[in-house]
Amino acid sequence: MTMTCTETIAAYAFRSIGFGERMLPKSDFTLCQQFTLIGSGLIWNLYYGALALLAGFFLANALALAKSARSRWLRKPAEWFIFTFRGSPLFIQFFLGYQAFVLLPKNGIDLLGVTIHTDWLTKAWCGALVVLFLNTAAYSAEIFYGALRSVPKGDIEAADAYGITGFKRFRRILWPTMLRLGWPAYTNEAIFLFHATTLVFFSSFPAFRQQGDALYYASYFADKTYNPFIPYPIVGFYFICLTLLLTFAFNAVNKHLNRHLPSNQRARIRLRPQLIR
Amino acid sequence: MFAQCADPSTLSGFTWMLCYLTSGKHLLFYYSFGTVLVLLAVTAPVALGFGFMGAIAARAHNPVARVAGKTYMLMVRGIPDIIFFMFFVIALDQLLETGLHYIRCPDWTDPIRTGLEFKVCPEAKIPPNSAPQIFHQIYGFGLAVVTFAIVFGAFTANVLYGAMNAVPRAQLETAEAYGLSARQTFRRILVPQMWVYALPGLSNLWLILIKATPLLFLLGVNDIVFWAQELGGSKTDSYAYPHDDWRLWYFLFLLAFYLAFTRVSEIVLARLTKRLSHGQATLAGEAMRKAAA
Repeated sequence: MTMTCTETIAAYAFRSIGFGERMLPKSDFTLCQQFTLIGSGLIWNLYYGALALLAGFFLANALALAKSARSRWLRKPAEWFIFTFRGSPLFIQFFLGYQAFVLLPKNGIDLLGVTIHTDWLTKAWCGALVVLFLNTAAYSAEIFYGALRSVPKGDIEAADAYGITGFKRFRRILWPTMLRLGWPAYTNEAIFLFHATTLVFFSSFPAFRQQGDALYYASYFADKTYNPFIPYPIVGFYFICLTLLLTFAFNAVNKHLNRHLPSNQRARIRLRPQLIR
Repeated sequence: MFAQCADPSTLSGFTWMLCYLTSGKHLLFYYSFGTVLVLLAVTAPVALGFGFMGAIAARAHNPVARVAGKTYMLMVRGIPDIIFFMFFVIALDQLLETGLHYIRCPDWTDPIRTGLEFKVCPEAKIPPNSAPQIFHQIYGFGLAVVTFAIVFGAFTANVLYGAMNAVPRAQLETAEAYGLSARQTFRRILVPQMWVYALPGLSNLWLILIKATPLLFLLGVNDIVFWAQELGGSKTDSYAYPHDDWRLWYFLFLLAFYLAFTRVSEIVLARLTKRLSHGQATLAGEAMRKAAA
């Protein structure tokens, strides 16, 4: 049975999330099939990256504030959290996370009459997401902490002079400046978080009904055809597109954050490939 | 290892634990930490060499070399490094075997790639099928080292390229004014001065390299992750030391190992930075000069 490329796309475009044809192609692999299935797997990479980034952003802000707090009780836990997640391989974190989640009681935890389900955590879509979320929160927190420490002293003094204090000072003066200063580094963090989602494939979290991420399908094709020269470059191609898209989106935010500055003082986003984990 | 460990079923408590932790397989587990350290010790200088050549190529006047160098530097920017690890190990293996195939079996007529198969003549297999297991392991480890070196070489090239450009222009112009040739300027002025600019980036890379070592497991080398999986899994009574699923504890141990390694590296690198800043025309060097005066 041969399929045209349009039929292939219709059958496999959403294969990774359980729609369309169930059987994976077994022989006579076409380029179209490889592009479609790997692209279908990319949906999972996008899901992990986007949700972890979004949730991680909030935790990162809280952690950055805690790390720069004067109280030891806030500062020390934040410092340890950040060091633990930045100082150890994500790969080990995945394994450890999975082993810890498996140990949770199967039937959920009863808390004041409400049952908290724990079986989700042993599935990749939730468990791996939690690990990625904690990981990116730690990396982003370090970026925001650094940015918070480089907020110009004059800005704070000006705020004091105008009688802006407390939370209002944080929300109107400190936080926007911190975000602006940290944004170029945060862009890199976002890009490399998306790259890190490919590691989910190697974590212990099982792929359910052959519904995996981009690398899952790429390695499927590489295993079946003994030819790494087609599927892996396809993944590479998709990720280059994703990187360009992310840079574009984050650049738009960067422009917004810098809109009040003269053009020669605006921060520019530069790709720094030093953030893989 | 110890005499009293001869019959594990009679042991209990502390002695059981002691005997368990010194069993033959655990010794292999401890040796595998050596594997990781060997990988780091071999990869770091090779990657530095690759990076150095990449950076020089990217700065060259020859357009071909420049494009090649820049492409090498760029490749790690948009594509996840893990893809390269997956790709290079198979690709290098196939390239080597294809090359040997053409050298050793010129009369072989069957195509190498037939649809679903990659087939070279038996003489071109690396290592030969009859070779003992240890050679297969060494070959796998060698492929892993080369893959690590290629990928981390690209990162290093980025850092060194930036560092070479960061050396103050006036230093090079002075060298030219004194009549040093391009080669002499490079060797005596540029390279000695670039390290202090490269060090923050290189320290970062070293920490990343440490954290990339669990990828050895993906490349099929029996490293610490492999042994942690193997030893931690629950063991039934048919084993000498039956226990439940202890993988969580083994992985916690690996986590502690990596955190400790990272911390020690950070301290050493901080000292090295201080040392290299001595007498340099940078803010740190200036601060040291003032402190001494």
